[in-house]
Amino acid sequence: MNYRWDWSVLIREPFVGWLWSGVLLTLAISLMSWAVAVTIGIVVGIARSAPSRTARLLAGIYIDVFRSVPPLVQLFLWYFVFPEVVPDSVGLWLKRDLPYPEIVTAVIAIGLFAGARVAEQVRAGIEAVGAPLLPAALATGLRPLQAFRLIALPLGLRAIVGPLTSEFLITIKLSSLSLTIGVLELTAQSRHVENYTFQGFEAFTFATIGYLVIGLCATGLMRLIDSRIGGAALRKAMA
Amino acid sequence: MSDFDWGVIARSSSFLAEGMLLSALLVFVATVGGLIVGFGLALMRLSTHRVISGPAAAYVTVMRSLPLVLVLFWFYFLMPLAIGRPVGSLTSALIAFVLFEAAFYCEIIRAGINSVRKGQSDAGLATGLRRWQVLRLIVMPQAMRAMGPLILNQIVIVFQDTSLVYVVSLHDFLTAASVIASRDGRATEMYSLVAVVYLVICLSITKAAEFYRRRRPS
Repeated sequence: MNYRWDWSVLIREPFVGWLWSGVLLTLAISLMSWAVAVTIGIVVGIARSAPSRTARLLAGIYIDVFRSVPPLVQLFLWYFVFPEVVPDSVGLWLKRDLPYPEIVTAVIAIGLFAGARVAEQVRAGIEAVGAPLLPAALATGLRPLQAFRLIALPLGLRAIVGPLTSEFLITIKLSSLSLTIGVLELTAQSRHVENYTFQGFEAFTFATIGYLVIGLCATGLMRLIDSRIGGAALRKAMA
Repeated sequence: MSDFDWGVIARSSSFLAEGMLLSALLVFVATVGGLIVGFGLALMRLSTHRVISGPAAAYVTVMRSLPLVLVLFWFYFLMPLAIGRPVGSLTSALIAFVLFEAAFYCEIIRAGINSVRKGQSDAGLATGLRRWQVLRLIVMPQAMRAMGPLILNQIVIVFQDTSLVYVVSLHDFLTAASVIASRDGRATEMYSLVAVVYLVICLSITKAAEFYRRRRPS
């Protein structure tokens, strides 16, 4: 194998600047999409466990559709198709005035895809941990809505923090898709450095370690939250 | 926005069909290759020797924490260096897919084997079967029941993953559609078609897996 090693590309300007801006953008997109995913996931997950048949059906359709279309296709739909099919004034605003259009689109697209997966976890949590407590909650004199809001929902959500870790990691990995619409996140920047210097080993190794470290931090963070709120004990008690 | 031209789909259908054929090839190779390599990795991870289980565990952990796009770039760049001549994006993508999906299949197979109670293999060994006979005749048939629906689900994910070969300009179904979308300026029609086709295929397989799981309670 004929390869000239040169690890100095990782500390030389402008490449070091490119790579670090990629790390920051990957972090920003991951965190923002995760915020969207958790919000959507909780709303849809509650709707999926609601007594209303219509709410359950709509939430089920959302989950099925958003999980069955590849995330990259969803990203293209939001980026290329959505501005064309909305009323002209909205489409024009999206194309001309939306700040950071690529980043915002990527966050929305990844967030909505991951949200469908989170919603399934929320529903499972409410079903396995929250719902069995409802009769006891009702017996204490709470109204059905109070029993759900004060007992079933918070305990159901606490129980799923552990399982949500893998959804968080999937969201972080999905942030790399945004390079297809021109966002220069970590993977794109390492490719960029490779194109400029032909030092692919060094550039891709940086990106690989970057994702490993970000993933470890995400896992550690979720584990910390899980242990603070006693999620593992809840899961065990109900299993 | 009123002037949609759905005829573009009919006019480009053979090009799209070729794309779908490539997607199917990728799914097939990634699944068969991934299952074989994944099975090997699972056996390594189940070994009691640290020297054998350690590297397999590290491999699976690293692969599962990297985005597929980065893995595709790695192999696209590495393969020509390792072999010494250009190999083309199809070969490098196929190898990347097999090695990437193997990590996920490994975990499914490992969970399947672990779901078989230990007494089963102890009993098999006590009757005088050899270790590989116990694995083939007693453990695997039972593990398959637990693995079936998970493998079907993973095939859906692999099918969705194949759309990412877009980044190494292979003409799979999505990339073929995007070529026509930009050539004819028909993004709306083409991407809507792509979304509907993926939706129908993936949803049918997912529902089949759910049906299969509900029909035979574990």
